[in-house]
Amino acid sequence: MRRRNFLAAAGAAFLAGCNKVGESQVFGALVDGAESWHRGIHRALGMGRITMAPEYTSADVSPFFRGNGTTEVGTPEYNAAREAGFADWRVAVGGLVETPLSLSLDDLRSLPQRTQITRHDCVEGWSAIGEWTGPQLSAVLAMAGVKPEARFVVFRCADSLRSGPYYESCDMDDALHPQTIIAHLLNGEPLPERNGAPLRMRIERQLGYKHPKYLTGIELVTSLDGIGLGKGGYWEDHNGYQWYAGI
Amino acid sequence: MATDASAIRDQAAVSEEEFSSTVRKTRKRHALATRIWHWVNLASVVILFMSGLNISNAHRYLYWGDWGFSPDQAWLAVPRFPGWMTIPDYYSLAIARDWHVLFAWVFALNITLFMIVSLANGHFVRDLFTRAAEWRPAHIWADIRAHLRLQFDHAGSKFNFLQKVAYSKVIFLLLPLMIFTGMAISPGMNAAAPWLLDIFGGRQSARSIHFLCAWALMAFLLLHLALVLLSGPAKQLRDMITGGREDAAA
Repeated sequence: MRRRNFLAAAGAAFLAGCNKVGESQVFGALVDGAESWHRGIHRALGMGRITMAPEYTSADVSPFFRGNGTTEVGTPEYNAAREAGFADWRVAVGGLVETPLSLSLDDLRSLPQRTQITRHDCVEGWSAIGEWTGPQLSAVLAMAGVKPEARFVVFRCADSLRSGPYYESCDMDDALHPQTIIAHLLNGEPLPERNGAPLRMRIERQLGYKHPKYLTGIELVTSLDGIGLGKGGYWEDHNGYQWYAGI
Repeated sequence: MATDASAIRDQAAVSEEEFSSTVRKTRKRHALATRIWHWVNLASVVILFMSGLNISNAHRYLYWGDWGFSPDQAWLAVPRFPGWMTIPDYYSLAIARDWHVLFAWVFALNITLFMIVSLANGHFVRDLFTRAAEWRPAHIWADIRAHLRLQFDHAGSKFNFLQKVAYSKVIFLLLPLMIFTGMAISPGMNAAAPWLLDIFGGRQSARSIHFLCAWALMAFLLLHLALVLLSGPAKQLRDMITGGREDAAA
């Protein structure tokens, strides 16, 4: 009995220690280091080529594409825009660009389109496969003219979760990646609200929370410091998820 | 003078023999590399397992194939693991993932170094690889009966047959599978090395195998612990820390 008490106490002390360590700054720095090692190895394994997320065939498409996070935006502005078929929806392209843009859905549809059947992996562990269509972000950035000091792209969204507005960001490597598209079709149909109508980013080499929905703005910046709480995204700021979500 | 010189030579020869026999006697039962690997591996496997159970709580369904997102597609509904089994001891997918991706490095680099050193120093070939004769049914049966009588004699070699089989399955199959299935779950790694997905039959299959291998490892750990407790735990523990003496192993 004593031994069992000792084991229980040792176990509890171990867990308490883990909690302490997990919340410390040194641990945070170590994790950030591990995260960038993972990112480094994912890039290095490409050996100079651009690594592409696996693409599937239409036979692999999931019968239903699950929505997560925000599934209903719920604001009067959004509901009115949805009722109007998103005819007045605009995406502002700004920040460190030569020519700020305000793009309608028609503007985006008139650009060269890319269709890709990819797997969407939620940080929670589930996956769904869907066919996404839209212009490459690189084409939109080329239209706006990215200034050389830009290092990150910030995506603004129409939805808010409990702690504030949703936003996300990626580096220029992902921004200019051929599979990074501004999707307006899922499986050949306009996006359902749960999947981000009318526009959602696809950043295919990372987990689902890096694919912001209800896109309203694209902003080029040198640093993520002044944006939100500075960690580069809603979940990064408020829940501690890693900015690099390639794992 | 001549006799003196030969006496000295004889003396020298004797002490050389004594010296080499001392070396043989004090040869470590467990090499330093093995001991470092063993304890770092234990710590990282425990941390990865417990943080992994916290991650499992985020979505408690397992699937086969490329995709799966709801209970009706699942082959297994996993129970929710209680706080005392998880790191941290409350539900936090973010912090559990931090522990998991950090210790994945410790775990993978540790076993990689151990494998290189153990190939170089002959540990794998000498102690872990079975010999053809050991696969004779009579020999296997004798080893099983010895285990059932709780006799753990090794008949000259460091490990007995069942031990060699168990340790090599863990070192060459389960632990590498944990690493490769873990890599196959990562979308960044999928882009870099898509062939990993083909090997395991899709991301959700890799996730299921990752989960099954984690529990197989836990089963091994418990069996290993039980057998250490049955075979002189104080000495076993001491030898895995200090290295022990090779002669004392037989």
